[in-house]
Amino acid sequence: MSDLSTLESTLLAEIAAASSEDAIEAVRVSALGKKGSVSALLSTLGAMAPDERKAAGAAINALKDRVSEALGARKGVLKEAALDQRLAAERLDITLPTRESGIEAGRIHPISQVMDELTAIFADLGFAIAEGPDVESDDLNFTKLNFPPHHPAREMHDTFFFAPNEAGERKLLRTHTSPVQVRTMLAQKPPIRVICPGRTYRCDSDQTHTPMFHQVEGLVIDKTANLGQLKWVLEEFCKAFFEVPSVKMRFRPSFFPFTEPSMEVDIQCSRKGGEIRFGEGEDWLEILGCGMVHANVLRNCGLDPDAVQGYAWGMGIDRIAMLKYGMPDLRPFFEADVRWLKHYGFRPLDLPTLAGGLSV
Amino acid sequence: MKFTLSWLKEHLETDASLDVIVETLTRIGLEVESVDDPGKKLAGFTIAYVISAEQHPNADRLRVCMVETGAGAPVQVVCGAPNARTGMKSVFSPPGTYIPGKDITIGKGVIRGVESSGMLCSGRELEISEDHDGILDLPADAPVGAIYAEWAKLSDPVIEINLTPNRPDATGVFGIARDLAAAGLGKLKDAGIPAVKGDSACTVPVKLDFTGDDRALCPAFALRLVRGVKNGPSPEWMQKRLRAIGLRPINALVDITNYVTYDRGRPLHVFDAAKVHGPLVVRRAKEGESLLALDGKTYALDTAMVVIADNNGPESIAGIMGGEVSGCDENTVDVLIESALWSPLNIAQTGRKLGISTDARYRFERGIDPAFTLPGIELATKLVTDLCGGTPSQVTLEGSVPEVEKIVDFPISEVKRLTGLEVAQVEMKAILNALGFWVSGNGPMLKVAVPSWRPDIEGKADLVEEIVRIVGVDSVPLVPIQRVDEVHKPVLTALQQRTRIARRALASRGLVEAVTWSFVSKKAAVLFGGGKPELALANPIASELSDMRPSLMPGLVMASQRNADRGYADVALFEVGQVFKGDGERDQRIAAAGLRRGLAASEGTGRHWTGSSEADVYDVKADVLATLASMSVPTGGMQIVSTNLPEFLHPGRSAILRFGPKDIIGWFGELHPRAVDALGAEGRIVAFEVVLDGLPSPKKKATKAKAKLDLAELQPVSRDFAFVVDQKVEAETLLRLARGIDKTLVQDVTIFDVYAGKGVEPGKVSIGLAVTLQPREKTLTDTEIEAFSGKLVSEVTAKTGAVLRG
Repeated sequence: MSDLSTLESTLLAEIAAASSEDAIEAVRVSALGKKGSVSALLSTLGAMAPDERKAAGAAINALKDRVSEALGARKGVLKEAALDQRLAAERLDITLPTRESGIEAGRIHPISQVMDELTAIFADLGFAIAEGPDVESDDLNFTKLNFPPHHPAREMHDTFFFAPNEAGERKLLRTHTSPVQVRTMLAQKPPIRVICPGRTYRCDSDQTHTPMFHQVEGLVIDKTANLGQLKWVLEEFCKAFFEVPSVKMRFRPSFFPFTEPSMEVDIQCSRKGGEIRFGEGEDWLEILGCGMVHANVLRNCGLDPDAVQGYAWGMGIDRIAMLKYGMPDLRPFFEADVRWLKHYGFRPLDLPTLAGGLSV
Repeated sequence: MKFTLSWLKEHLETDASLDVIVETLTRIGLEVESVDDPGKKLAGFTIAYVISAEQHPNADRLRVCMVETGAGAPVQVVCGAPNARTGMKSVFSPPGTYIPGKDITIGKGVIRGVESSGMLCSGRELEISEDHDGILDLPADAPVGAIYAEWAKLSDPVIEINLTPNRPDATGVFGIARDLAAAGLGKLKDAGIPAVKGDSACTVPVKLDFTGDDRALCPAFALRLVRGVKNGPSPEWMQKRLRAIGLRPINALVDITNYVTYDRGRPLHVFDAAKVHGPLVVRRAKEGESLLALDGKTYALDTAMVVIADNNGPESIAGIMGGEVSGCDENTVDVLIESALWSPLNIAQTGRKLGISTDARYRFERGIDPAFTLPGIELATKLVTDLCGGTPSQVTLEGSVPEVEKIVDFPISEVKRLTGLEVAQVEMKAILNALGFWVSGNGPMLKVAVPSWRPDIEGKADLVEEIVRIVGVDSVPLVPIQRVDEVHKPVLTALQQRTRIARRALASRGLVEAVTWSFVSKKAAVLFGGGKPELALANPIASELSDMRPSLMPGLVMASQRNADRGYADVALFEVGQVFKGDGERDQRIAAAGLRRGLAASEGTGRHWTGSSEADVYDVKADVLATLASMSVPTGGMQIVSTNLPEFLHPGRSAILRFGPKDIIGWFGELHPRAVDALGAEGRIVAFEVVLDGLPSPKKKATKAKAKLDLAELQPVSRDFAFVVDQKVEAETLLRLARGIDKTLVQDVTIFDVYAGKGVEPGKVSIGLAVTLQPREKTLTDTEIEAFSGKLVSEVTAKTGAVLRG
């Protein structure tokens, strides 16, 4: 039997020494292949006596099993090693930078973002979004809004005009979005709840004024609309928009041709280090004008001022954007400087919602 | 409108503090713009007694003073003033005081070996006079330790209010006092203005030379002569007030007119009677006339303007500014005082045309109190005779002072109806009375007569405002508005929703949203199909902002160039905004446009180790198609054609998007180099623009359920074909032919390769098509696939002249 144990130790040594999958295959063939050393031993069994065959057969088969097992084990080790080697060779430098994707690079302009914020807030209060043309008639921009015939706003000095047309009518660029209020009242029966965001124009160009700017106005007409409701709407708006738990507002009597009583509204804030914070501080910052819709305006729009009543307000979208997001100047809003847009703009999927919050 | 606290108190008896007055003014609609208290910066200066003043041991010109300041032990001060002497009273500032006249803060010091703890001050150091010859020398009874500014009554805060155009009554201190009294801040001192007796008729005749409607240009003109006046500087108290509000004292007669202007909101004018020749005629100016006005400038007048003229021509621009020639100076002996009424509109127009802003215009164009025309001249006469002496004539009044009789029916329920505020009837009446309204009646309906100084009050809402502003808008309780008792319905229109989506889609593709001017240059407008005369501004702010934009592209191109000029050449910008096709209200559209320039390609901007490419037309084609897809526009019927291109596009690298020959929705491609150049830009720019109004919407269906998903059970089969075709053959033709072979069997055709160059004949291109076939009922046999392939090859070769590549 010492032949068997010699063979076994020889084979096991060969298996252990095999350093590649090819080498281990050669050992397998040399041992278990048709002409292999173990196969040769098995073929000697036929010539043996039954008793001898039984004993020798068991020993040879045990040898075969042990060699097979060793082959399998070694093969597994070599396969793992080969895989490790491949993977090591496949290493990539994961610190190499990727390209910035569109969703990272793109931006939404602050004006669009704030318009979406306004929409989210006022839609929740049941307001629709009304729009109208930028090129307006004098009638809708001034006359119907109770501007007297020679009001200074009607001068070329303040308002952009077009040349008179064949009918002698001189169109203009709307100076506020109030003509949209007029259009709404002319087109729709009360109750009315709309906000009118849009582009507006005045002949003004200096550090704090641009010839084009954006406004949002609101209008409510029904049988009970009053100043107390107006104050509530504006306070709720300011809290929601500026995303603060409370605001303190100051309503100052003022004057506009299209409202009576009229008020300007200041919001309390603190200014520290050029940063404006609402809901604290001792400073007052004017943010909007408002009032009860003037009886003449209601009449001009075919409504009976004793049967229905309403309130309206207006404010600058660019201005409230500046107040909320801290842009120091108005002019860069329209200069399309990508450095400004990238910095103050919003990411494509920063969708303002009441459910998810207006801003990140 | 500016005034000082002491001036206000001349008309208002009040104990209210400055802070309360300021806060109340703003609360009742007279918004305080600023409060400037000159006394505040002098708070550190106190009255002191010089116990002794002795020669400085080491300096001839200095004295060492022991000073009793009223606070603790006497202090030693080294002083250089020649008038410093033992026993005098002066003004002391301790170390740490800011000296406004020197712009320094003094500290403790040692001067020539002697300690000095503070300073004795001159008038100039306090900025209260020019005097710096010595320290202030106060009377013996000046109280030691008191704040000097208070004792000297230097502390008279100047209040400036930002006056709304509807309140002419508040252009005078008296009117402001009346409002404050109504608001409960004290008692209005209204003693009335007694008439001054004249000894004789006014010798200068007045003629109002108007007919018909023109009479409204000057309804009344009062004139009075005061003889024998002595004109010199006005008294200190008047000068102080005028200076405090920013006016320069001139002489007593002129100062009196300015004083009454601010005191009562009643502008007046004074002529030197010796310089007036013949009667004063109030008339329209004649063409070609001009006037050298009191500001030293000569103004060309026209017939729209009203003047007061004598035999020599215009002497004064009515209600705006007097003439230099007939003005009063220290030699004036006989003075003519004018108090007139002018048409507010005419004054406003004349003032605007001439570019003159004066205190008189400011008041007349708001509409001054007509009833104060005669009291105004009486008040001025009283001041003239008090300050300058002289003998007044009687008053000549030409025209007549119009009677204001405006009565408003006022249902008191209006206050509650419009504001929600509960105010007792008795309080309403008290407020209206205090503001000068006459109230009659009792019960639900009052009759309210409007005072002559309130031209702004027209109807009941105005009275509501009067009551609410005095009670305080802050006391109006907040009332929540009614909310719907269901889930909100959508509020956006389809176009509004698409506009929002288009923005987010374009930003998601890496473009940055710009907002550019709605107006562009005429040249740019014409280039992009606009420039119609009806869209040209009559008064543009600049020539490059003259015409309403027909397209967003000029603004974006110019913006991209500005960025390139700043060193940011690789930009991808977009805008979603209005464009103008005409001046009609339906001629405005919402367009979405974008451009890419330099290395701002869709896979990323700038150079990168994975490869960098210039943005090309396929990037912007993808942008526009993605935008349409994001808005759920069904594009099945959309055609992309490269014929009949607008001139601003590259003829070989652009296309228009349309749903039919007349239904063009937009374009994409490379901008024509000439167009880029015309806009002052450079380089290749690829861009697109699509109009969002009127794009088709998906078919409306009865339910929101999507169409049933039809999944084939059999595996699809794919076959590749490579054709060599003439470069003029469009890929779209090959795609269409391949799809058309068997519309049910062909599921998809893609182009996987386009190659021209070595191995392909010049002028030709090799296009690789991958066709996916989707068998429906049974697996395709090889014969069936062969048959399909054969048909495709023969169709394509026959229709396009293509050759199947071996």
